[in-house]
Amino acid sequence: MIDKRVDSIEAALIDVRDGTSVMISGFGGAGTPANLMRGLDACGAKDLTVIVNSLRFLEGQAPGLFAEKRVKKAVCTAARGRGKTPSDYELQWQAGELDIDMCPQGTFAERIRAGGAGIPAFYTPTAAGVELGKGKELRLFDGRPCVLETSLRADFAIMRGAEADRFGNVRFRGSQANFGMAMAPAADVAIVEVQAFSETPLGPDDIDLPGVYVQRIVLAPDTGEIRG
Amino acid sequence: MVEPLSRNQIAWRAAQDLEEGMVVNLGIGMPVLASSYAPAGREVIYQSENGIVGVGPEAEAGHADPDLVDAGSRNVTLAAGGTVIDSAGAFAMIRGGHIDVTLLGGFEVAANGDLANWDAQVPNKGQLVGGAMDLAFGAKAVRVMMQHNTKSGGPRLLKKCSLPLTAPGCVTRIYTDLAVVDVMAQGFVVQEILAGMSKDELQAKTEAPLKYSNDLKALEAPSGL
Repeated sequence: MIDKRVDSIEAALIDVRDGTSVMISGFGGAGTPANLMRGLDACGAKDLTVIVNSLRFLEGQAPGLFAEKRVKKAVCTAARGRGKTPSDYELQWQAGELDIDMCPQGTFAERIRAGGAGIPAFYTPTAAGVELGKGKELRLFDGRPCVLETSLRADFAIMRGAEADRFGNVRFRGSQANFGMAMAPAADVAIVEVQAFSETPLGPDDIDLPGVYVQRIVLAPDTGEIRG
Repeated sequence: MVEPLSRNQIAWRAAQDLEEGMVVNLGIGMPVLASSYAPAGREVIYQSENGIVGVGPEAEAGHADPDLVDAGSRNVTLAAGGTVIDSAGAFAMIRGGHIDVTLLGGFEVAANGDLANWDAQVPNKGQLVGGAMDLAFGAKAVRVMMQHNTKSGGPRLLKKCSLPLTAPGCVTRIYTDLAVVDVMAQGFVVQEILAGMSKDELQAKTEAPLKYSNDLKALEAPSGL
């Protein structure tokens, strides 16, 4: 019988090793997998590649990733710390110890979506003709310049949902879906922490993310304070 | 001379130009204030790039739902008829030309409509591009709300932007605390100027040459906002 439940955050992240790539969903606290992020911090893995909208949000839950210099590369749309004093990741970026691939947020989301959809690359007008797009392959479509962007995949994706069943079907609530809908298909192992587990299968109209994209479900009713 | 407009008054002025049925994305900071000031009875659909289509008012104290936030991480409500999609879908909506107007903050705008609003090149601070670039490239109209001058009094309406561009040639209208300025083929054209301010005074606060509409009006907003 299919049952994608795992017993604990530690068990969900058991095979996150040095050199792993991890996509992390969440926006403004909604859909933010706070427990899995803390678990990622606690697991000790290093040389990580993280694909996450905002490094400040990641640091809020998993400060050790940066304090212990365990991230070698970040693909993100925001790498600015709070306040005037530079954060750990800003210092590491300046020192050349952390490679940052700064993406416009729509390009970030679409690179991930493409990764899960079998599209290796795509053209977008965003960033064509401006400094951030420099060095990218340029091509005109109907006279409009566009840059070539490559898709993103990862070993793991972590996200938070409202409810799941044993098939791994997930229901999001509010604005929880954000990057998770694209990240789950783009990862070899998608792990979803949920507020509640449904012993009976979710009804078809209640499923946002089909279980075929989800490998592990972990019950985590409390998020605690989400900082970022 | 009349006092320069407050942030809320700039937001009020920008909101008066939002039309019935428009789909509008409001940037973080001053632009998001505009949602409070659209004329009563005018239905505007506010889109937020984290997936909300139909952002309602901010949640009242004690009623915040932590699972429902907008792109500025504010606890919001849904408007009547509102729904939520995912981020990739929200940016498909933006890039696909389904947003009528985006109101964005700005550091600099050039007379050809170039916008710089994402990288102020603050020493020792990392970059943050967020959704601004996709909005500036994708929305049908890009309107900018900003103070006319920097904190040190320098101009923001320039011949050429000095900061890295968000998008080239995208801005159609600018709302400042001193004026409403359109970007047209001939450059900056002032539509409204603060009552009592002379053209010479406004030009002195602006690097690029200003032209004036034949229908030049006084810039006004309700007091007490």
